[in-house]
Amino acid sequence: MSEIDEKLRTELQRQGVWVTSMQELYNWGRKNSIWPLQFGLACCAIEMIATAASRYDIARFGGEVFRPSPRQADLMIVAGTVTKKMAPQIVRLYNQMADPKYVIAMGACAISGGPFKQGYNVLKGIDRYIPVDVYIPGCPPRPEALLHAFMELQRKIDGQKLTGTDKAEFLKPEQPSEFPVPKFGEHDLEPPANHDVFQPPKLERV
Amino acid sequence: MESLEQIKARIESSVPGAKTDIVPNGSPSQQHSLLIDNEHALAVAHFLRDDPALRLDFCSNVTGVDWLDRVVKKMAKIKTVVDGVEKEVDQTTAEKIPGYLEAVYHLYSMAHKHGPVIIRMRTEGRAKCAPLPSLTPVWRSAEFQEREIFDLYGIRFDGHPDLRRILMWDEFEDYPMRKDYVQPDDFEWEPTPHDEVLARAKQHYTPRPELDGAEEITSHSDVAKPNK
Repeated sequence: MSEIDEKLRTELQRQGVWVTSMQELYNWGRKNSIWPLQFGLACCAIEMIATAASRYDIARFGGEVFRPSPRQADLMIVAGTVTKKMAPQIVRLYNQMADPKYVIAMGACAISGGPFKQGYNVLKGIDRYIPVDVYIPGCPPRPEALLHAFMELQRKIDGQKLTGTDKAEFLKPEQPSEFPVPKFGEHDLEPPANHDVFQPPKLERV
Repeated sequence: MESLEQIKARIESSVPGAKTDIVPNGSPSQQHSLLIDNEHALAVAHFLRDDPALRLDFCSNVTGVDWLDRVVKKMAKIKTVVDGVEKEVDQTTAEKIPGYLEAVYHLYSMAHKHGPVIIRMRTEGRAKCAPLPSLTPVWRSAEFQEREIFDLYGIRFDGHPDLRRILMWDEFEDYPMRKDYVQPDDFEWEPTPHDEVLARAKQHYTPRPELDGAEEITSHSDVAKPNK
């Protein structure tokens, strides 16, 4: 698609000729029907429900079809506190989703543990076990923030290449689409983080 | 409602062998509580629930408390004879109280609209799964809260119908609400560490003695000295 001249294309469109590519058509279809997995973990879920309801209306972006089965979902909205007891189930649900799949970590708890970060029972961010595409800060984030994240995700999907060396991650056969489910240990989850997915930044001391 | 002293006296006359103590609460609420002995706890609980004047039919809250070993210092004036003259001398006595775990029940009466009566039970020592009698057979609402105490404090409630962990997973071995609980060291990265978090962060800083000088920022004794 990058080969065609934008001016020529708009000119052609004006004449009633629509020029597109397989990739553009494919991504256009995908980004406008992102079906989220229907589950909520804490108070962020209430905001997610508000986003799905008529006032904010996520249907405007094609995401209103909340699926009760991971097999039919494209997007996992991790809306709320992920307790250590819940984390294995979240990872298992992610593993059961079909590729291509995306994750939005919604709210302070899902991205870092939030107010419970120094506690014993809350996971310090779901990105310890599964890759996250969009992070939304906030406690809880407003529906507008979730819609913004949704639009960011659409932008990401729109930019994904189907061929070539820089093609989308999910098309690369060596990329894993499933991640190890953590086990319940005697003192903590085992392992406490999957370091293939999660590399925390090194703190620079000056 | 009767005063706690009256309740105590009636318990001791109605339940043979029961020993109760009033635990005073010095705070402005003045909410004193009744310490009951473990052996007769079930009988005392039945009495509190079924006595027509009390009818404490609603157990609104059950909680646990962890008391570590402590030393209580008491000041007392003692008359002694010094050089043939009688004097009052301050004497401090230190009493060592071994640690124990406590379960606290808040009882109300729906029938008489009065309450709360607070009863406490104490374990012998702070061992893992220290036993206490379960009051779930008397107040059904205590079931989940006793499970929570079992989960977080490690008190074993004998006679509980379904004593399992309720918040943490079954494989978990610690009791996180105990005061000597040590968290797993899962420090990873903190953008702005402060206070306790800073202290923990310092344990994980890579040592660099050439820059930090005399500043003892790490407690690792097995730190290799850098080659100069």
